[in-house]
Amino acid sequence: MDEVKSGSEIKQEVTLTYPTKVARKRSRQFIVNEVKQDEDVPEIMANVRTIPGVITMRGCAYAGCKGVVLGPTRDVLQITHGPIGCAFYSWLTRRNQTKPYTEDAPNFMPYALSTDMRDENIIFGGEKKLKKAIEEAIAIFHPKAIGIFSTCPVGLIGDDVHAVCREMEQKYPDVNIFGFSCEGYKGVSQSAGHHVANNKIFTDVVGQSDLKKNGKYRFNLLGEYNIGGDAFEIERIFEKAGLTLHSTFSGNSTYEEFASAQNVDLNVVMCHRSINYMAEMMEKKYGIPWFKVSFIGAEETAKSLRKIAKYFGDKELIDKVENVIEEEMKDVAIVRDKIKDRCNGKTAMLFVGGSRAHHYQDILHEIGIKTIAAGYEFAHRDDYEGRKILPDIKVDADTRNIEELTVEADPVAYRPRKTREELENLTKEGIRFSDYEGMMSKMPNETLIIDDLNHHEMDFLIEKYHPDLFCAGIKEKYVVQKYGVPMKQLHSYDYQGPYAGFKGAINFYNEIDRMVNTKIWAMIKAPWHDEPQLTAKYGWE
Amino acid sequence: MRKVAIYGKGGIGKSTTTQNTVAGLAEAGKNVMVVGCDPKADSTRLLLGGLAQKTVLDTLREEGEDVELDDIRKTGFKRTICVESGGPEPGVGCAGRGIITSINLLEQLGAYSESEKLDYVFYDVLGDVVCGGFAMPIREGKAEEIYIVVSGEMMAMYAANNICKGIVKFAEAGVVRLGGLICNSRKCDNEKELIQAFAEKLGTQMIHFVPRDNTVQKAEINRKTVIEFDPTHTQADEYRMLSRKIDENRMFIVPKPMHTDDLEKLLIDYGIAN
Repeated sequence: MDEVKSGSEIKQEVTLTYPTKVARKRSRQFIVNEVKQDEDVPEIMANVRTIPGVITMRGCAYAGCKGVVLGPTRDVLQITHGPIGCAFYSWLTRRNQTKPYTEDAPNFMPYALSTDMRDENIIFGGEKKLKKAIEEAIAIFHPKAIGIFSTCPVGLIGDDVHAVCREMEQKYPDVNIFGFSCEGYKGVSQSAGHHVANNKIFTDVVGQSDLKKNGKYRFNLLGEYNIGGDAFEIERIFEKAGLTLHSTFSGNSTYEEFASAQNVDLNVVMCHRSINYMAEMMEKKYGIPWFKVSFIGAEETAKSLRKIAKYFGDKELIDKVENVIEEEMKDVAIVRDKIKDRCNGKTAMLFVGGSRAHHYQDILHEIGIKTIAAGYEFAHRDDYEGRKILPDIKVDADTRNIEELTVEADPVAYRPRKTREELENLTKEGIRFSDYEGMMSKMPNETLIIDDLNHHEMDFLIEKYHPDLFCAGIKEKYVVQKYGVPMKQLHSYDYQGPYAGFKGAINFYNEIDRMVNTKIWAMIKAPWHDEPQLTAKYGWE
Repeated sequence: MRKVAIYGKGGIGKSTTTQNTVAGLAEAGKNVMVVGCDPKADSTRLLLGGLAQKTVLDTLREEGEDVELDDIRKTGFKRTICVESGGPEPGVGCAGRGIITSINLLEQLGAYSESEKLDYVFYDVLGDVVCGGFAMPIREGKAEEIYIVVSGEMMAMYAANNICKGIVKFAEAGVVRLGGLICNSRKCDNEKELIQAFAEKLGTQMIHFVPRDNTVQKAEINRKTVIEFDPTHTQADEYRMLSRKIDENRMFIVPKPMHTDDLEKLLIDYGIAN
C-alpha cells in the first residue's frame, strides 16, 4: 500500500491522466467531503452525461423502468417491445423475489415476455406484432394489467406504443394496459427510467381500485425491491409489530395493491432516488405524508420502526414496536458482538445504486467498518447533498426530456392525514417530512464522494487505499477481486440475502466477517502484478 | 461492372431519368440491373410496363429465409434486370433499414456476382439522404459513381448541395465519387448556365442538359420509357446522349459542397431573383 495521502491529493492525482475538459468535469464529480453547519456539504455534480470512453457502472432507462421499478411486481404482465435480448437480460437478474398469497394466485415473474422484434418489424413497424403479443398474452394468462416496455428501436422507428395500449384496452376493457416510453437511450442513466415508471404507475394504476386492507396502521413502503428476500424480512417485522403494509413499490407486490395504494395514511421511502416522484405525487394528489426510512442495518431498522410508530402516535403501537426491537436485537447483538472485534477498523468503499451506497454505510458501521469512499451510479444531487438543495438544481436538457407531471390535489380523494399542528409537532420530535438529508452530511470529513465512478478511478482508489471491502455491481466484481480485495455485490447480493431488517443484518454481518477475515485474498497475486502483460498509453499522451 | 446511384430532390424526375438512361444503355447492348430504393416501389415501372414487381422486402416477409434471386428479379425492356427494394407504408417502421436489408440480401444471393455479367447496376434512391439507410447505396462502395438530378429551381439545387455533403462524408472513407449533375430542365431562366456554374462550384460537370418535353409525360402514362414509346423522337435521342455520356464519363470527383450563402448568391447572380 502506498503512503496515505489526503483526499485532495488523491483527487488531484486521479484526474491527472484526463484531458483538460474531462478532468474539469470529473473534478466536480469527485468530492472531498466537508460537513459544515446545518448539514451543509460541498456541491457535487451528478445526473450528468457519462464521459464517452470511460467504463461506467451505469445502466439504461429501460433497465431502470422495467428491470428495477416494475420488475419485482408479480401480476402485472410485462411485455418488452423490442429485440429479444432486452427482455432476457432484464429478467430476474436483480434477484427480486416474490411470494403469491395463495397457490393459485398469478405470478408472471417466471416468464420473460417479448415481442422479439426482427429486421422485418423494424422495417415495417412493430405495432401489429405488439398487438398480437398483447392478445396472445391475454388469452394465455388473463392478467389484470399489462405493462409494455419500449426498447431503443421502438423509439427510433416511432412505433406508437401508447396508441396500441389504448386500442387494446378498448378491445379488452377488463385489462389495464399501459405503456412506458422507457427507450434505453433516454436520459443519462437508469434514473430516467425510474421517473418514467413512476409517472405511468401514478397516472394509470394508483387510484384504480378501492381495496382497503384491515388494520389500524396502514402505510406503503416505497423503493424496496425485494432483492434476495429483503421484503419478506421487512414484512415479517411489520406484521410482528402490528403494522399493516398495504403496498410495496415494488418488492413482493401485486397490481391490486398498487391500484389501491391511495388507501393508506403514510408513505415511507427506502430508495429515495427511484421512487421519490411517487411519494411526492401521492402527497400532492391524496394528502399522504411521506418520510425517509431505511431497513438496512439493525439500528436503522429500529429507528425507522420507531419513526413509523411515532407517526401513528398510538401508545399501544409504540410499546409493541419497542418490544419487537428489544426481542430482535438480542439475536442481532449476539452475532454482532462475536464478530465486531475482527471487523472493527476495517475500511470499505461503496459505489452502488442511488441509495444503497448510503444505506450500507450504516450497517457496516454497526460492525465497526469505516466507509472511506462512496458514490452513486445514477443518483442526483439531492441524494448526495440532501433535498434542501432541490431549488438549486439546474434542470438540463437531458432531464427535460423526461416528462414531469403536474399534480394537483384531487377534488374528491384528497384528504390530509394529519393536521398542520400534528405535523409540526411530529417535526419537532424529529420526523423530517418530505425530506432526505442525503448521503454526504452523514459521512466524515475527508472521505471521498464520487459520482458515476469509472474503472480508471476504481483501479486508482484500490491501488492507493487497498480497502478491506469493495461493494459495487457485477461489472466491477472481478476486477476488484483480481486486486485481491473482497468484493460484495450490493445489487444482487451475490446469490445471498436477505440483508434488510434484523435477520438480514445478521446475515450481512456474518457474510462480511467471512469475506474480510478470510486469508485467501492475501494469497492472490495476479500474473500481471509483477510483470505487465500488456502495455498501452492514452491517445492524448 | 459500374455501380451507379442516382440521387436528387423528391419529384425531380430521378426515376424517369434513370429508366430512360438505362433504356439507352440497354439499347446499346449493355447488361443493366436497376435497383429501386424507394418504398413506393415505382422505380422500374417504365422498364417493366407497369407496377408488376414484387419487392425484395415483401418477398422476404412472405417467403421467410428461403428466397431465390428469381423471386425478386424481373426482366424488363431490352433484357434489363429490375429489382424493387420496397418498404413500409408511409409513417410506419424504418424504410432506411429496409434498403440496408434488401441490398444485403441481393449481395448474398449473388445478384452482383461476375456470373451475372452485368455492365451496370443503377440505384434509384428516394429523395434526399435523410438517414443512414438512404445512404446505403453509397456506403461501403455499393455505388461508386453518383449522378445528381437537378433543375434550376432553388430547392432542387439546395437538395443537390446537401447530397454532395453526404457524398463527401462517404468519399473520405470509401470509393464513392460524384460523376456529374444531370439537369432535368424545368424551363427556368438561365437554367443551363446556372447549373453549369453550380457544377463548376462543386468541382464537377453538368453531364447533360435534358430539355423539357411533353413526350416524357405521354410515354409515362403508357408505362414506357421514351426510347421504347417513341424511338424516333428527339427526346429519345437526348436520353441516348445522356447514356452515352455516362458510359464515356471519366470525371469522378469528391465534391466541394457550397455554403448556403454562396449558393443563394449564385442564384441571385444568375437572375433567379429578378
